[in-house]
Amino acid sequence: MKIVVASGKGGTGKTSVAVNLALNAGARQIIDCDVEEPNIHIFLEPENPRRKPVELLVPEIDEEKCTYCRRCAEFCQYNALFVAGEAAMVFPELCHSCGGCKLVCPEGAITEKPRQIGTIIIGEYHGMGLVYGELNVGEALAVPVISAVKEHAEDDGLVILDAAPGSACPLVETVHGADFCLMVTEPTPFGLHDLQIATEVVKQLGVPLGVVVNFAGVGDRGVYRFCEREGMQIIMEIPYDRHIAELYSRGVPFTVEMTEWRSRFRELLETVEEMIR
Amino acid sequence: MKQVTILSGKGGTGKTTITGSFAALAEEPVLADCDVDASNLHLILNPKIKETVEFRGLNLAEIDPEKCTRCELCMKLCRFNAIHEYTVNPIHCEGCKVCVVNCPVEAISFNERVCGHAYLSETEYGPMSHARLTPGMENSGKLVTLVRQNAAKLAEETGSELVLVDGPPGIGCPVIASLSNVDAAVAVVEPTLSGIHDLKRALQLLEHFEITPGVIINKYDLNLENTASIRGFCEECEIPLLGMIPFDENVTKAMVQAKPVVVFSPDSPASLAIREVWNEFSSFLGL
Repeated sequence: MKIVVASGKGGTGKTSVAVNLALNAGARQIIDCDVEEPNIHIFLEPENPRRKPVELLVPEIDEEKCTYCRRCAEFCQYNALFVAGEAAMVFPELCHSCGGCKLVCPEGAITEKPRQIGTIIIGEYHGMGLVYGELNVGEALAVPVISAVKEHAEDDGLVILDAAPGSACPLVETVHGADFCLMVTEPTPFGLHDLQIATEVVKQLGVPLGVVVNFAGVGDRGVYRFCEREGMQIIMEIPYDRHIAELYSRGVPFTVEMTEWRSRFRELLETVEEMIR
Repeated sequence: MKQVTILSGKGGTGKTTITGSFAALAEEPVLADCDVDASNLHLILNPKIKETVEFRGLNLAEIDPEKCTRCELCMKLCRFNAIHEYTVNPIHCEGCKVCVVNCPVEAISFNERVCGHAYLSETEYGPMSHARLTPGMENSGKLVTLVRQNAAKLAEETGSELVLVDGPPGIGCPVIASLSNVDAAVAVVEPTLSGIHDLKRALQLLEHFEITPGVIINKYDLNLENTASIRGFCEECEIPLLGMIPFDENVTKAMVQAKPVVVFSPDSPASLAIREVWNEFSSFLGL
């Protein structure tokens, strides 16, 4: 079973919920899909980490064969190729690796070569699989790295995936194919606004969802009213608690010290299992 | 005219709270919200929209079932796994056109799609450029670029000296777009280990694009040890620390009242600190 932990707004406690759920619900694997700013490895230091490059195929033009007909440049929707006069150039950082230029070239002058845009790290934490990705600094495309990370997801057992904030393509890539999505939010106008947008994406993908309200007690009732109106179940509330915040700041999953919360996360999994059924 | 982006790497560290308060403290600024897929600045600045522009991202391939002969070539060629059962899934299509030009019976059309809207607005504190990406869409970087262009246009029209850009979290495509041609960028960090990790990646990004960096520590009293380590790190790397803001419940109360905290509770500890940071920020930029 694949459960994604997502949020819309950043800093609402996705990673905290993902890590504590994985530790207490007997997860087989935890996967950090926030490849721009991965954080799970700060809470769970991976043992025996192996690093693998993430590569995209980008075009290389053989100028011996190229007749500068410009078909590739005219075809490319991402402006990654430039041909003028007797010069042909590739801008690899703009390339989405669709392979189209190679197909339209009438001279067979284009080949593809791999280019590294990130790394995935595969390790373990106390018997649980731990996978995360790192987009190289300066690279724009997070989605191919997310998809490389997800390729390591096991088909059986409980797999927890931590999403990046926002509601654009990284969220789509992470949620696609999941069995359930836990939306973590805070009860503030910012939390509500971003929850509404992220929920739209998850619903479009046809993935069932439930809400976790973090920092309960601050803010207002907007999130609660929205969930009631939309028929979205609030599965868990975590109060604003200085002790939790302080443990978080030191990179300690709060259920390690606040042991009374462990059974709450086991119950959270049971609720999700019932909701999927 | 100076343009500055407020960023953070990690989400939820207080970018928008600080940008909103700076908007209230600055003299006739132009505001730009570049977090186009989870924008929040409008929730505290209450813009009145004057002009709405449709945003067209990459085109979308669509298969005509009448013409399709089910040869499946498009499905084999699509590297985005966007075609299933002879239908293009708009959520996965990246608009590359490979299927369109290779279809042997010309059954695939290539159509414009509206991927969001950009807005030109007026706020109590100055003109504002913002946008809303249709949830789940690609190309947020291109929409961010449009927001930036609109902001620059507004600044030119009003003769404003300062464009304040509220950036998105992360370090990928929309963040890169929010940093093009800025005079400086200020990273907001909370004193947590994840915050520090993400700050370092955000600062590496600024270094990569040769952008002048500054740092603000938010909720510095949450963990004084981590705050000290951020201070040490900034000193070591010669990055100006523009100030520190304490944890203060008034920040959330102000958000609930849809106001910048410096307007809602001008004498609260957070507001007093933000004023001091603003003064440092102004001299940092040479305003």
